[in-house]
Amino acid sequence: MASITIQSVSKSFGAVSVLRDIDLSIADGEFVVLVGPSGCGKSTLLRMIAGLEDITGGEIRIDGRRVNEVAPKDRDIAMVFQSYALYPHMSVADNMSYSLRLRKTAKERIAEAVRAAAGKLGLDPLLERRPRALSGGQRQRVAMGRAIVRHPKAFLFDEPLSNLDARLREQMRAEIKRLHKAIGATSVYVTHDQIEAMTLADRIVAMHGGIIQQVGDPLDLYDRPANLFVAGFIGSPAMNFIDGACRGGAVEPHDGSRIPLPAGLKAAEGQAVTVGVRPEHVRIVGAAEPGSHTARVDLVEPTGFGTIVHVRLLGEDLKIYTLDRAAARVGGPLHIMLDGERLHVFDRETTQRLG
Amino acid sequence: MTRKRLLLTVLHRLAVLAYVAFALFPLFWLLKVSVTPTSLLYTEGIRMWPSRASIEHYVFVLTHSSFPTFFLNSTIVSASTAVIVTLVASLAGYAMSRFIFRGKYWIIGLLLLTQMFPLVMLIAPMFKMLSPLGLTNSLSGLIVVYVAFNVPFATFLMQSFFDGIPKDLEEAAMIDGATRFTAFRQIILPLTLPGIAATLGFVFTAAWSELLFALMLISDNRATTFPVGLLSFVSKFSVDFGQMMAAGVLALIPACLFFLLIQRYLVQGLTAGAVKG
Amino acid sequence: MTLYNSVAPPAGDRRTAMQKIAAALEPWLYSAPVLILIVAIMLVPLALGVSYAFRDIRLLNPFSGGFVGLAHFRELAADSAFRGALVNTLWWTFSSVILQFLFGLILALLLNRPFRGRALAQALCFLPWAVPSFLSGLDWAWMFNPVVGPIPHWLTALGLMAEPSNILADPDVAMWGPIAANVWWGIPFFAITMLAALQAIPKDLYEAAEIDGAGPVERFRSITVPFLAPTMAISILLRTVWIANFADLIIVMTNGGPADRTQIVASYIFTQAFRRLDFGYASAIALVLLVLLLAYSMLIVALRQTMMSRQ
Repeated sequence: MASITIQSVSKSFGAVSVLRDIDLSIADGEFVVLVGPSGCGKSTLLRMIAGLEDITGGEIRIDGRRVNEVAPKDRDIAMVFQSYALYPHMSVADNMSYSLRLRKTAKERIAEAVRAAAGKLGLDPLLERRPRALSGGQRQRVAMGRAIVRHPKAFLFDEPLSNLDARLREQMRAEIKRLHKAIGATSVYVTHDQIEAMTLADRIVAMHGGIIQQVGDPLDLYDRPANLFVAGFIGSPAMNFIDGACRGGAVEPHDGSRIPLPAGLKAAEGQAVTVGVRPEHVRIVGAAEPGSHTARVDLVEPTGFGTIVHVRLLGEDLKIYTLDRAAARVGGPLHIMLDGERLHVFDRETTQRLG
Repeated sequence: MTRKRLLLTVLHRLAVLAYVAFALFPLFWLLKVSVTPTSLLYTEGIRMWPSRASIEHYVFVLTHSSFPTFFLNSTIVSASTAVIVTLVASLAGYAMSRFIFRGKYWIIGLLLLTQMFPLVMLIAPMFKMLSPLGLTNSLSGLIVVYVAFNVPFATFLMQSFFDGIPKDLEEAAMIDGATRFTAFRQIILPLTLPGIAATLGFVFTAAWSELLFALMLISDNRATTFPVGLLSFVSKFSVDFGQMMAAGVLALIPACLFFLLIQRYLVQGLTAGAVKG
Repeated sequence: MTLYNSVAPPAGDRRTAMQKIAAALEPWLYSAPVLILIVAIMLVPLALGVSYAFRDIRLLNPFSGGFVGLAHFRELAADSAFRGALVNTLWWTFSSVILQFLFGLILALLLNRPFRGRALAQALCFLPWAVPSFLSGLDWAWMFNPVVGPIPHWLTALGLMAEPSNILADPDVAMWGPIAANVWWGIPFFAITMLAALQAIPKDLYEAAEIDGAGPVERFRSITVPFLAPTMAISILLRTVWIANFADLIIVMTNGGPADRTQIVASYIFTQAFRRLDFGYASAIALVLLVLLLAYSMLIVALRQTMMSRQ
């Protein structure tokens, strides 16, 4: 196992720059998730760590050793592909042992390693099967097994769960987490699914437009998103945004109402800001009271456990997540409260968080 | 609705049947002539089946003519051509499929160009070039020429088969500890076996059928291939058509066997290429 | 994260010059055998062939080999047999390609529909392609012979022929003999490429069109044809060039006769080179054919470009 250091790394394909000046250190045994929308460069970064893409500028070190010029086979890393990339003409056991056979490991040691990995993943009864005779979930497990037999310095995951159905994805997510707890290997995991990122990561790296937007532990990103992008990307249903201007310790949207600012927030008078509030932090109150807003219910989406209520407020579609099923009726009025302490305020110009 | 559908189905089957009949009838006729005894060849020339069938022509061709030699020559030439072409075409097809490099489009252009010009144009210079090298009247000379002629199309064919194999697989192999060439050998090649079979069969059939260059480059009976041998039957004074057709049927067997085995993969290979565009 | 910010960013690629060259050479290593073969066995003779067109090269004449300038081309301009061969080539090429293409497309459409025994029917319908071309020529020549072949009798029964006779011996219709053999032999090529292209069309497109109310004709016109168009264009182009160069059937079935009425340029070249051993003249004709074919290919490619840009 090893640490991974990424220093000033950039990548361009011809004139197109896909990664700019990426700096990131991943500690030994850490589980880091690269998350972002498609095209943000997260997969390219992962493939550069694997050695599948050339590094245009900067340096990647694995365990202190510069690997820019090192072929993938000599980096001692394992990777789980989105497509699983199982060798169709080999049995499960052969798929798992391929890397060890290439390294000329002794037969008994290979057999033992395969047995141990198969045991961890519940693959014992499937060892003689070909990949095409496996279900999607089983294939995913074999791909994981192929990675863990080797005891590599690091595991790389490229959207490993996105080809599974929702139920299986949840199950495998938990399993990956459990495996990581058991093995404790350095892992870099790429996904576009923020729930996967939140649940799995020791640290999340949110990426957008080839740039790292924020690095931090999952709840940090949820509680204190560094900019509008992270605020909008992390959390489901997504955060609501209301534009306005700061005046006298409050934000004034264009209709003249006032939203109180969190205590201690320093904003210039008249500064253009965007206020963010998570749907689960909008409070529904029984009747109009000082500081509350009244809005008309547009749409109600029950999810079972909770309910997402869409209202029109200040010309925006505002989502509210509530556990009270009876709280809203389509077409009816709803009184809501935006608590200052639950608000996120961003400079509209720079999109960065204020305070 | 159902009657219309039934009618369409019947029409469809009839059309397929008509095609099969059209495709097979000339082959049937070949077979029919080859089993017609010489005495009945002209008197029963247009009967669908002779009143007495015999294998006398086959026996004669196999025991009293040079055809076994021709057959052997053709087999050597076609099999060697097929193997060599498939080998070099899979290397080049792999490069076309997996690498992005300057000059790639020039190579593709060059390969396309070779499909454009009249091969007859090469006959004269080829003869002039090969004779000082002692490659006329030799099977190796013929093999070299056939390899070059078949390599462009085979390269395109192999490229489309490689395009059908996900890149992830060799990347996984490279991360597992393989060099690119090991990944090619152990992962990609085994998966391309249908494609390799198709290319082998395709090239074998093409080399098996080639007439003009064999006619031009070979004059020695010992190095004659099947098509030339068969054609020399025609130019002889008294033609025994029964024997000629018997030899023809024998010539047909390996080519047809090969083709029946591979035609499925040929469609697959072209489809895989088409999907990738 | 800010650990390295004070240091200048390290270079992305520190491989030695040798390593970089080796990496750049890798695809060329894979392609080298093919390139060497094509250059040595096709391009060098091609260049030689072009030079022969301007020289006096006769195999049996040891004093030949001199430079004759455009003499061959002047001779060619006055050669009525060559002009006849050009016209015949047009006939031969376009009727063969059009018929092969039409029947090949129909066959592909028939085979694209699932039915019992499809695999067998497909294999049998494609079988003529495996038949060596010279053998199909001999076979068809035999079938056209009224003494030993059924076709003249069928044609007479259909009223297309006054009495059973050999069309290969009749200067007016002899060309249809090799064309028939060529169509029979070449349908599978188009059927295979079209079938491959058909199978690459996503099935849900047809379902969507059907739900939108498109009838079978409309579906064919608006989905099948546009999807097949690129494959059609390429395969017709390649096939036209190939058939224009394809002399086997003619040489085997009629040898250019009767009265040169089936002589095409390719078989004429072969006759000049092989029978008269006049390599210089043969090369001059071949050069003219090459120029014509290149012009044709460029015309098709240009047409395709304008059609694509219009879309």
